[in-house]
Amino acid sequence: MVLEVVDATKEFVGVKALDGVSFSVRPGEVHALVGENGAGKSTLIKVLTGVHRPDSGQVLHRGEPVEFHRPLDAQRAGISTIYQEVNLVPLMSVAANLFLGREPRTRFGLVDRARMHAEAAEVLVGYGIHDDVRRPLGTLAVGAQQMVALARAVSADAHVVIMDEPTSSLEPREVETLFSVIERLHERGIAIVYVSHRMDELYRICDRVTVLRDGRHVHTGPLADLPRIELVSLMLGRSVGDIREHGATAFSEEHHAGAEPLLRAEDLTSGRRLAGVSVSIRPGEVVGLAGLLGSGRTETARAIIGALPLDSGTVLLGGKALRGNVGAAVRAGVSLLAEDRKAEGIIPNLSVRENIVLAALPRLSRFGVVSRARQDRVVETFIRRLRIKVSGPEQKVAELSGGNQQKVLLARWLCTQPKVLLLDEPTRGIDVGAKAEVQALIDELARDGLAVLLISSELEELLDGADRLVVLKDGAVVSELVGDRLTRDHVLSAIAAGES
Amino acid sequence: MTAATWDRAGVARWLQEYGVYVAVAGLLLFNIAFTTNFLSVGNFRTQLVQAAPVCVVALGMALVIGTEGVDLSVGAVMALSAAVIPLYLGYGALPSIALALVAGLIAGMFNGVLVAYLGIQPIVATLALLVGGRGLALVLANGQLVQLHDPAFLFLGTGDVLGVPVGVFAAALFSVAVALLVGRTTFGRHLVAIGGNRAASVLAGVPVRRVLIGVYAICGVLAAVAGVLSTARLGASDPADVGLLMELSAITAVVVGGTPLTGGRVRVLGTVMGALLMQLVRATLIKHNLPDSTAQMAQAAIIVGAVYLARERSSR
Repeated sequence: MVLEVVDATKEFVGVKALDGVSFSVRPGEVHALVGENGAGKSTLIKVLTGVHRPDSGQVLHRGEPVEFHRPLDAQRAGISTIYQEVNLVPLMSVAANLFLGREPRTRFGLVDRARMHAEAAEVLVGYGIHDDVRRPLGTLAVGAQQMVALARAVSADAHVVIMDEPTSSLEPREVETLFSVIERLHERGIAIVYVSHRMDELYRICDRVTVLRDGRHVHTGPLADLPRIELVSLMLGRSVGDIREHGATAFSEEHHAGAEPLLRAEDLTSGRRLAGVSVSIRPGEVVGLAGLLGSGRTETARAIIGALPLDSGTVLLGGKALRGNVGAAVRAGVSLLAEDRKAEGIIPNLSVRENIVLAALPRLSRFGVVSRARQDRVVETFIRRLRIKVSGPEQKVAELSGGNQQKVLLARWLCTQPKVLLLDEPTRGIDVGAKAEVQALIDELARDGLAVLLISSELEELLDGADRLVVLKDGAVVSELVGDRLTRDHVLSAIAAGES
Repeated sequence: MTAATWDRAGVARWLQEYGVYVAVAGLLLFNIAFTTNFLSVGNFRTQLVQAAPVCVVALGMALVIGTEGVDLSVGAVMALSAAVIPLYLGYGALPSIALALVAGLIAGMFNGVLVAYLGIQPIVATLALLVGGRGLALVLANGQLVQLHDPAFLFLGTGDVLGVPVGVFAAALFSVAVALLVGRTTFGRHLVAIGGNRAASVLAGVPVRRVLIGVYAICGVLAAVAGVLSTARLGASDPADVGLLMELSAITAVVVGGTPLTGGRVRVLGTVMGALLMQLVRATLIKHNLPDSTAQMAQAAIIVGAVYLARERSSR
């Protein structure tokens, strides 16, 4: 084994990002690392590259226990990483970026530009880059920049290269170049850890696969022996160690939906992310969006509320078009609970009260002056109704646990008295108890006549919670499941099917 | 506060929260004990009058900084408003003041549009007006200092309201108004939310762009007010000199007052105290016959201290 992690555990304030995960890479193999959001892929990579140190467990490098204190330690040991976003210096030349930190010197200790440019040009041709290496890196296409990053990583005497979703910003032609580069590395005996959720790519270039879910190791084995549907099942299956029978979630069986759709999104198209998605939700109905990471689930929700610019498509609420402006959508009664609680949800330095009333401020004020009494009444109601555990409404929201923060955000949307709720991963990263409460709440809201769009990476949550499932792949609807067809197998085969 | 929280970070937090009050109180006590003729009505009037323009500008700056922005153009806007006054003083004091404030409003909205709609970083967007605004002011004034003789206008610089100098009275009034704006209005709460987490505010349906333009507009108007007050006190419109380096004094007052540069929080009383503190530091050193350059260095030390405390807090 060239690089190995044994029984690593890493905890971030109350959330186990890695729970006893073991992972090993053989020399010269292309090892796929897969899992949904929150599975622990990024944390594992950060442990391998010295960004994080595991709370317990060991990192072995060529069989020897090592401790990487900084990313530089890992780099020196020959472990290179290429991240999704290019992290090079856009204003410096291509060649300078390639040699950053190890520039060839002249006898007088100055940078030997002539040699640097010549060597850079020679190296980069192998990566399909024929541009002038003296150009600023930022003037290259994103794909080409990524190639420079790759060339830089590999030329630094790496024997393990970790690629975190390297193709997410590449054009098809560039993907081919990347694959041929990977092929060459493979021949040179360099091990590659390949993180991606694109099935076709995985099966084309990877030898073995490791699946993580909820911070735990689920499976490692040769990829060729593993049918696609099995792999998808491993990624989405029910939580490990949480194996219970049907009804493990707090959802009840069914809702009584109205006849006419309340929200109708038609032909949503946005760049390469959405290719004509249509979804409609009736009042009292929970519609689930299924699909792998990057299939367009989040983008669909963002497009509906107007936070994602559309190339074409319309969103109708009760027959009236929404103007593609979030403020107008919120006023009309559509709310989005965002996937990333920290980045797009809570306002950390404000109190629980202020976080709850934020979206409803105009309704809680007269002539622009907010009424504290009305705020207090609303906040008290929701703290009690959602059983938010706080020391008081003035506690800072940043001090709450993930589950309680999520309830604060749900309260924020509920006090706007919405008609349509778009819930993007409402139970991610919260503890089991809070999860059941959130699920029961979603149920209750649907029974009260709300139209709910539920996005989840957990198949069980979707199957139990949704009345109808829309399956997305590559930004398009591939299947719509309802009634008897609302089963695990149908969803998995819809996702695993090669063509959309 | 319990014993357990008295660690380094705890102390830093406490100092950032209340340090400015402690410092003002300390300086007052020091001067009462060691400075001759400090404890007199006349001296207090002088100190407050001198602090008033900085205080008014700093109030607007605090709002802008609360949105995670900054407005470098306030000094130039003061110059603009000073330049506008003599042009229209013939129509009376009120119309000329009103037009000076309109100039500030337009300048502020210009900044706001650059920041909110064109997405230009605040520091760059307002730098444009920092350079161009004073240039425009000098063009308007033909590059000259103009003596003013309108008694109604000069009253702003020399008169009293209820026994308080007009400038100080105005500063107090604006402080209360800004405090209410931040604490009690949807606009104020939106402003703080935008500074705290802009992406979340967008999804919450907060009219982010409108609020940002409003914030910069208010900052521009307040800078224009300060320009009017300074001009009235000087008895002359001097666009070449009025408000020079005011942006730095205002930012200093805001930061020393405990408003974090990272946005999401506006401390109005702290800002007022910050303006007073910087004034007191200068006065103390001057009264003890230390040159102005020493005062500048003392101010620099205070700024570094305040920013360091803020850093401790954010890296917690």
